[in-house]
Amino acid sequence: MTDPILAVRDLHVQIATRRGTVRAVDGVSLEVASGEALGLVGESGSGKSMTLRAILGVLPAEARVTSGEILLDGVNLVPLGNTDLNRIRGPKMSMIFQEPMSALNPVMRVGRQIAEGPQVHLGYNKARAAQRALELMRRVGIPDPERRFRAYPHEFSGGMRQRVMIAIALSCDPEIILCDEPTTALDVTIQDQILRLLAQLCRESGVSLIFVTHDLPVVAQVCQRVAVMYGGELVERGEVREVLLDPRHPYTLGLVRSAPDFEYVRESLVPIPGSPPSLISPPSGCRFHPRCEFAEEDCRVSATPLRPLPGGRSTACLHYERCQEAAAADRVRR
Amino acid sequence: MSLSGEQFIVPGGSALADLEVLPADRAAQPRQARRWYRQPALMAGIVIMGLIIATALSAPLLASYNPIALNLNATLLGPSSHHLLGTDQLGRDIFARLLYGLRLDLAVGCLAVLFPFTLGTILGSLAGYFGGWVDIVIMRLVDIVVAFPFYVLVIALVFVLGPGVRSIIIAITLVGWVSYARIIRGEILVAKRQDYVVAAQSGGLSSLRIMGRHLLPNVITQAIIYAMSDIVQDILAIVTLGYFGLGVPPPTPDLGSMINDGQNFLTTHWQLTTIPGLAVVVVGLGLSLIGDGLADLIRPGQS
Repeated sequence: MTDPILAVRDLHVQIATRRGTVRAVDGVSLEVASGEALGLVGESGSGKSMTLRAILGVLPAEARVTSGEILLDGVNLVPLGNTDLNRIRGPKMSMIFQEPMSALNPVMRVGRQIAEGPQVHLGYNKARAAQRALELMRRVGIPDPERRFRAYPHEFSGGMRQRVMIAIALSCDPEIILCDEPTTALDVTIQDQILRLLAQLCRESGVSLIFVTHDLPVVAQVCQRVAVMYGGELVERGEVREVLLDPRHPYTLGLVRSAPDFEYVRESLVPIPGSPPSLISPPSGCRFHPRCEFAEEDCRVSATPLRPLPGGRSTACLHYERCQEAAAADRVRR
Repeated sequence: MSLSGEQFIVPGGSALADLEVLPADRAAQPRQARRWYRQPALMAGIVIMGLIIATALSAPLLASYNPIALNLNATLLGPSSHHLLGTDQLGRDIFARLLYGLRLDLAVGCLAVLFPFTLGTILGSLAGYFGGWVDIVIMRLVDIVVAFPFYVLVIALVFVLGPGVRSIIIAITLVGWVSYARIIRGEILVAKRQDYVVAAQSGGLSSLRIMGRHLLPNVITQAIIYAMSDIVQDILAIVTLGYFGLGVPPPTPDLGSMINDGQNFLTTHWQLTTIPGLAVVVVGLGLSLIGDGLADLIRPGQS
């Protein structure tokens, strides 16, 4: 792999609540190469969104990064203040949100919202920024941009709004775009259009993506590599095909089993038993052990750091061979 | 069954036409239904205030007398063709004084809303957006001001600063900003958690820009609605200060001082007090109607 654009090392994010400190992100390490799309999957509350918001430095007031490094082009972002971060957010990295309606300012014309970044970061004057906005709107496939420039977000359909969000994210030519479930709020046909658009932009302009989702087929469509998060930790990481087809962690296996399979419509999906762990007092040892069918005594006590496996992938599971056997058995059954 | 073909086509055709309306046009429709001239309260208020402002502005054309010129040969006259509303105890034309008084009081009233509106909006935004010690300092200031009744504090401040237009505006600004600060702070506290604010932050925009360009346009309507009712209160405050002799120093005409001057002659010449009093009532009514109508217009579904 070439030098990573973004490297997250041992990131910890804690949220102070009345009931205790939530360890929302607990020692996550990621690397994203130039032009690469990394999927970050996991169920709700596994710390995916918090990881993204920590990278951008837009954590909610109660949350903070307690340790770890976020290196963008070798510069650690964690100690930087807002003034310094504002030179990076926009021109170097940007974000696409889940709900395009609420992530667009309802009382500002969309053209102006797209043009704002270039005006602030690239020093464009109003006319040139507007020109840039029109060009971006054309690039993300908004028809009739001259007329749409002056429209408000409520006049757009869901898919068009998400295209506007993508145009805003692209407006200052960032090196990496963080996507927080960008297609969850859209119906499947629009979802497909948006995913194709993102994959195409990724190919054409060499921008890197971190793609947070809980939808495995979406990861398979857009990403080259995937990292699986559970209870604030990474449990498995590797090439998308390898991880999804041959999981080496029981949680990933559970995710694959609980996703509807288009080709083999099974009689019933297999849900993961139990519920996500409390991140105020997480289970000892492997955080997945209370829900794991392969759990043994050592899973309850030993620490489970991400360990490299042959083939450039890693897993946090102590008994990944069993998971491998179960996955193989699944394949045979099909 | 002798229905003509047209009867089928017309309803069907119009239904089809409705379906083809673009999303943009459909969104615009409810707005059109609430056009401002369909609000009777707003309309009445605008007519009343329009007339008053027009008369006040054209005071030099309408009044044939100098409002401060004494004429001790013509004191306490009743209404006549020479003096439309009569004269006061110093022989000054009441109609002229009324028009010039209205002019002054309305102008001071507008300024006395503009300054607290601006100050309160800025401080409220800072408190709501930044939170922490900024919020604590500003909100404790608010608590201190709120602890005093409005008039007690305004009168005390004017007393310290000395009578005059400038002190009135300063006093009302120092007391009135707290309401705007509270309204805007509350709105910003809610709005700053919205995705579009986080999106603006992740776009690398400065806090100042986010507050001014993204948050304020979304929250300012509440403050504008409040300002419409506040202006009534402020004009009443100016009249009250004039009545107490803390307003504009004589002989400059002002509704409050006119009411006060006429008080001594209430039993014999009631119009001296009643006419400026009625003028205050009509101004208050007009502004209240505008405020209510505007609130209905801006906050649909809550009326």
